[in-house]
Amino acid sequence: MESSFSSPRNDSFPAGLRVLVVDDDPTWLKILEKMLKKCSYEVTTCGLATEALCLLREKKNGYDIVISDVNMPDMDGFKLLEHVGLEMDLPVIMMSVDGETSRVMKGVQHGACDYLLKPIRMKELRNIWQHVFRRKIHEIKDIESHESLEGIQLIRSGSDQYDEGYFLSSDDLTSSRKRKDVDNKYDDKDFADCSSTKKARVVWSVDLHQKFVKAVHQIGFDKVGPKKILDLMNVPWLTRENVASHLQKYRLYLGRLQKENDLTSSFGGMKRSNSPSKDAQGSFGLQNSISIQQNDLAHGSFRVSGNNLIAQCVDPKSHEGDAKGIVSEPVAEIKKGSNGNIPDSQKTRSLQMVDFNNSCVEPKNGVIGNVPDSQKIRISPLDFNNSYAETKKGLNGNIPDSQKIMTPQVRPSHSFTSVESEVNFTEFESTIRTKYSWNEIQLKKEQKPLIQLNSGFNKPPLSGPHNHFQVDRLQSIPSISPRPSIVEGDVTGPAKSKPSYSEYINNQGSQVSPTISTADSFPDQIKSCVVNHQVSETISSSTSNMKNQGFNLSSVTDLESAQRSLIVGSASPFASLDDDFQICWFQGDCYGMNLGLQNIEFPEYNDPALISEVPAHLYDALRFDYPCDVTHQNILS
Amino acid sequence: MSAEIKKMEGNSLREQVAAMRQSLFDEEILDKQFVQMEELEDVHNPNFAEELMTLYFRDSSKLLVSVEKALERPPYDANKLDKFLHQLKGSSASVGANKVWIETNKMREALKAEDVERIKNQFQLVKRAHKTLKGKLEPYFHLLRQAGPADAAQPPE
Repeated sequence: MESSFSSPRNDSFPAGLRVLVVDDDPTWLKILEKMLKKCSYEVTTCGLATEALCLLREKKNGYDIVISDVNMPDMDGFKLLEHVGLEMDLPVIMMSVDGETSRVMKGVQHGACDYLLKPIRMKELRNIWQHVFRRKIHEIKDIESHESLEGIQLIRSGSDQYDEGYFLSSDDLTSSRKRKDVDNKYDDKDFADCSSTKKARVVWSVDLHQKFVKAVHQIGFDKVGPKKILDLMNVPWLTRENVASHLQKYRLYLGRLQKENDLTSSFGGMKRSNSPSKDAQGSFGLQNSISIQQNDLAHGSFRVSGNNLIAQCVDPKSHEGDAKGIVSEPVAEIKKGSNGNIPDSQKTRSLQMVDFNNSCVEPKNGVIGNVPDSQKIRISPLDFNNSYAETKKGLNGNIPDSQKIMTPQVRPSHSFTSVESEVNFTEFESTIRTKYSWNEIQLKKEQKPLIQLNSGFNKPPLSGPHNHFQVDRLQSIPSISPRPSIVEGDVTGPAKSKPSYSEYINNQGSQVSPTISTADSFPDQIKSCVVNHQVSETISSSTSNMKNQGFNLSSVTDLESAQRSLIVGSASPFASLDDDFQICWFQGDCYGMNLGLQNIEFPEYNDPALISEVPAHLYDALRFDYPCDVTHQNILS
Repeated sequence: MSAEIKKMEGNSLREQVAAMRQSLFDEEILDKQFVQMEELEDVHNPNFAEELMTLYFRDSSKLLVSVEKALERPPYDANKLDKFLHQLKGSSASVGANKVWIETNKMREALKAEDVERIKNQFQLVKRAHKTLKGKLEPYFHLLRQAGPADAAQPPE
């Protein structure tokens, strides 16, 4: 056709919109298919969420929008929603027979761009293209000025040009962009020119996300910007818009997690995400968002030497124990004032999202959130024994400012066992302070220079294929109330977990001192997260990330919410730690502090339960590379 | 003349069909969703409503059997039951099977109330509504096919 955008379907936007419909009821599937076809859309149907994800992953740019039912047998519609949003950045519409406000709210929280009630009317379906369009426009806005102008002009000038993928792709726009995904072609479009110019949908793989998070942390959340991130990431084919939109999503994600944290009073940061081993990507997405948020919160001084990797507890199972444990820690501390109030951000929490295998990335609640400011720096597992021992007080999150910094020294051999005692992060206060070797945690009060988690953390932890983000060193989790149950070896996460780590975690888990009240919220999932700590150097680096991440989250919203969300990763309320647990270790200092969160409010975190769980995890910069060994899971027990 | 007769027959059949259809709505056995399905019919799917109904009956019958089994003996798995009912509710809504939908909802409420007697009684009502619907739709569609599309019966003259 005429313009480069032209394509067979081009005659009239939104005709040709490529829709993927997911619903377990065949009758509905048929009806929707028919209706969508009537709207001149291109429809693909599938009856299972897992199938849908496969389709989406295979054909990265093959769809413009996803419509999914909420109740499905293999996976919760909300989870699918999150995955799609994070991995593919596609608009998702939820639908259900049930229109209860809470459900709708949940949908929106998880990122749905709309929520339709069944039975669905034709006219409702006719308008779904607006979501695709809107997204495009927003992406365009991210573009640098001249580009965006063009983009917008394009958009304005010819909606028909968009039909292809409804990507605002214009030669000008794209020319300056490198596209990562060369497969821009929309299904049957032959956008010969356009394809090159089209903005391919970037799939945020675990690696990519890690780089992203790392870059974000390096820049500092408060100074983060797509361009800077892009430069740091050094990924040739990635464009600024890609980064910008990912950043946005990440922030939203973190924000949402935080909110959830708020909502879920349960400490639960450690939610275990149930996602059945979703790609790590998914988890990353969460983390990213978390970290971003943290950045916002934090001063940006995190110098997280390592990578700000957020260990994602991908594996739902694994998360179980560990995640919880870890998460709770920070949260406990922070929030609740933990008792202690870790007011100033000294708590550097490392947000760890343990990503065990790509599954459950969702940060479990609790994990993240809680390491509010204050330096709860977790000392890497290794140190736990030593440093934490003192803190045995039981993490109650009272890590008063800054002092709770646990030197990250990561020693693989963790003495997790001591963790328990250490977990008493509350105790940390006293001890920690000094160890910062690994990071410089920026105390909110600026009192302390950023704690550099040197030891080993400087290295980007992610090395394993799992790419699980390392759990940034466990920031001191002062208030971690040991949860006995945490981390029980549930970490079924990736097998890779390093043994030492697991030990560490285990120790931690068990260590959780009694002070921590066993919060139910920490399911064993935490263990898994902990496991991921790669005790070694990665921890340090990761912790720093974690911190940032953790903090970001918190800073984003009240630390509380952030914390929660961080940990939780998944949108699910923290209470359900049972879900995959994502432990995000936040390196709290920076973030928390600024926010004033200082106690990042993990309200729930104060629950001892949460804390208890956390300790274990916190300690290890969870190296996500390590699959959370199940063994770790006994940490809290 | 035969064309005219056909036409008349066609007309009368169509009238019959129309009457049947109307009664289904009047009795609230079907609701507007059914109309939506009909409206989706076109050249490619001339019998879309019927196809959907067939699909619906196939699935809903299976669901009913599952529910029946689940209610065979205590203790009843409430979660499972609720899941089935939710599914039934969803599919019924999809095709406009109003009465079935209503009765299913009532059964779900009874389930929540954990009133076993009520649950069982309500289930009978659900089954009955389902059976009624099927009983009425089958001849309806049959007649509909016979009557043919409004204009098709008239050969060019």
